[in-house]
Amino acid sequence: MQENQKEVVKREAEVQEGIERTRSTKVYAPATDIIEKKDNMVLFADMPGVDEKSVEVTLEKNILTIYGKVEPRMPEKRKLVLSEYGIGDYHRTFTVSDAIDRDRIDATVSNGVLKLVLPKAEALKTKKIAVKAEN
Amino acid sequence: MLWSDLEELGKVFAPLQELERMRRVLAKTSFPPAGEFPAVNIWSSGEDSVVTAEIPGVDPSLIDITVAGSTLTLKGTRQGEEVKGDDESYHRRERWHGQFSKVIDLPFSVEPDAVRARFAKGVLYVDLPRAEAEKPKKILITSS
Repeated sequence: MQENQKEVVKREAEVQEGIERTRSTKVYAPATDIIEKKDNMVLFADMPGVDEKSVEVTLEKNILTIYGKVEPRMPEKRKLVLSEYGIGDYHRTFTVSDAIDRDRIDATVSNGVLKLVLPKAEALKTKKIAVKAEN
Repeated sequence: MLWSDLEELGKVFAPLQELERMRRVLAKTSFPPAGEFPAVNIWSSGEDSVVTAEIPGVDPSLIDITVAGSTLTLKGTRQGEEVKGDDESYHRRERWHGQFSKVIDLPFSVEPDAVRARFAKGVLYVDLPRAEAEKPKKILITSS
């Protein structure tokens, strides 16, 4: 996203044509940052309204699925006079390479942001080879 | 060309189904109203307003909330994740980051001392009761 871009729009999660969801609530694709580090991949997903109990992360084969359920909290006896965002669940899938150590994936949620740390498998970590000068 | 031919043609093109399919495609590309970060919803009754804003990943103590008359201002910074050295790189960078200052016009003036704010799971809730002086007064009719 551009630094100067100030507008924010929640993007709805994609569904295959002709396939419908069972629940009628909206489903959004969370905005995500993915950073590759030396020993791991770190993923941050904006999922406001979600906590550690309502988020599900699964890795099946090489499909990483993030699902967050949101309990809509509507103030009672009041009318919505301005609506800039919609409330709904979150769903997004990514394909990950085989080079991820599946057993050591770490997931945390803080202030509505999901953080996933996907460690690279030991054998596949890039090794730097020191070059020595020969006299 | 016979009418029966047209019927045959209809089976191939299925115009109504095609129209329905196009309608579905269009429905997906609806444009929700966009605003500056953070996106807010305002709920209101005659007595008070509730402003909710999605500000995930920001420490609530660093969100500056001010009220003056009938305007509410939300200020703060959302830090982007730092990438250090040559070993780290972004694969995707979609999350909004930077400084924000959002001015929200409320339907009426508020009682500044009675404003309450709460932050949970990345969502900010601000309760803004209407100013006493502005509340509508019922006028009794006296018969003489």
